[in-house]
Amino acid sequence: MSAVAAPVGRLVDHFESGLDAPICLTWELTYACNLACVHCLSSSGRRDPRELSTDECKAVIDELQRMQVFYVNVGGGEPTVRRDFWELLDYATAHDVGVKFSTNGSRITPEIAARLAASDYVDVQISVDGATAEVNDAVRGPGSYATAITAMERLADAGFSGFKVSVVVTRENLSQLDAFKAIADRYGAQLRLTRLRPSGRGADVWDELHPTATQQRELYEWLLARGEEVLTGDSFFHLAAYGEALPGLNLCGAGRVVCLIDPVGDVYACPFAIHEAFLAGNVRQDGGFARVWRESELFRELRGPQSGGACASCGFYDSCRGGCMAAKFFTGLPLDGPDPECVLGHGEPLLAARDACAAPRSPIDHSRRPPPQRACDEDPLTDFWRVVDGQH
Amino acid sequence: MAFELERPWALDDRVALRPEPFGALAYHFGTRRLSFLKSRKLLDIVRGLGEHASGREACTAAGVSDAELPAYARALETLAASGMIRERAAAS
Repeated sequence: MSAVAAPVGRLVDHFESGLDAPICLTWELTYACNLACVHCLSSSGRRDPRELSTDECKAVIDELQRMQVFYVNVGGGEPTVRRDFWELLDYATAHDVGVKFSTNGSRITPEIAARLAASDYVDVQISVDGATAEVNDAVRGPGSYATAITAMERLADAGFSGFKVSVVVTRENLSQLDAFKAIADRYGAQLRLTRLRPSGRGADVWDELHPTATQQRELYEWLLARGEEVLTGDSFFHLAAYGEALPGLNLCGAGRVVCLIDPVGDVYACPFAIHEAFLAGNVRQDGGFARVWRESELFRELRGPQSGGACASCGFYDSCRGGCMAAKFFTGLPLDGPDPECVLGHGEPLLAARDACAAPRSPIDHSRRPPPQRACDEDPLTDFWRVVDGQH
Repeated sequence: MAFELERPWALDDRVALRPEPFGALAYHFGTRRLSFLKSRKLLDIVRGLGEHASGREACTAAGVSDAELPAYARALETLAASGMIRERAAAS
């Protein structure tokens, strides 16, 4: 992204008060997934029977075209397991809605790679969370590294240049940043790093997997040195408080310039906030997505003036804006206080003092297996559930 | 290639413009790059580029004053560098 000329006040101010349509949005097409990544932000696994039909998806695309939403980030679950995925992809691009879809690579055959390479309007993002099979597979499951690398080879062989290699940065892979960059370079791709959020199953592993304070600093220096060469989706705007801002808008776009449509048509403020506290409406309602975007009370609140709360007196509040709402919410911290990974360390005492068991959890869970149990999980039905599910 | 304000320019046909209160969003479907046009005047200039004999004429038609011209010329130069606008044959 780049901003061009003629100052008319800060762009950020316009974005914070919201736009008539999102700049881009995330659309999770299905909760079904053939993997079971430990940090899955949408707790995906099984398809939800209420998922939008092909025709309903096409109606959403028509609406996005009318609203001039130029592109959508499509994800899941694993979006390519939907039988109508390629049909929807063609429908979107024929209606001036570009698509960037995230995949674990399992359905990228040489034929599909050739087809994708031929389209200007489609971008592909291959997810990999370790630069070695060992580190990746510990998070994404056995064989998933090899699958992702094969998909990258096929895209490169088909002549698809500039696809994305997408990495969630963790304590385990932070030492591999150069190796990730080398993988992306090898296949003519672009590296994209994003932040680990305690959303979905991510809540179960966040304490052990989120980067340490020292690692965070290292990440910041690394990103700063690479500039626009490495994408971040504005994911690390909380690091701006180290000093110089990273490229991007450096603001929380939730409900202001971005949002999420989930597989059943629910509209949430952001992809990391699948919880009723951030639910704005459903695309099946009268007036569809446009009405939810423009009239939802939640979104209006998010576009109103925000109080810095405990952060208001901090000299760096203008840089980090209090950090990520979802990261605070799902770690059980107050929304008007510091980010759990506040670079000045203001989140740490709060994390230490909180009751981790009291952190809100989303009941929306499509995991194929019950999520790992926390020490504080004393639900007497947990084991009962395992028995009736019959999977173990 | 250096940007020349006196040459004829046009918006790339893979670029879509979405007017906004602050100006406009410009999205290039080929490069998948998004730019922010930070004023309505710049939007008018960019929209009119294809119908004027030069970048300068498009600026004048959009009401750009002599004092403002250097800033808008720099904006067009940035847009040219990212492929949002391209030089067209003088006759077209």
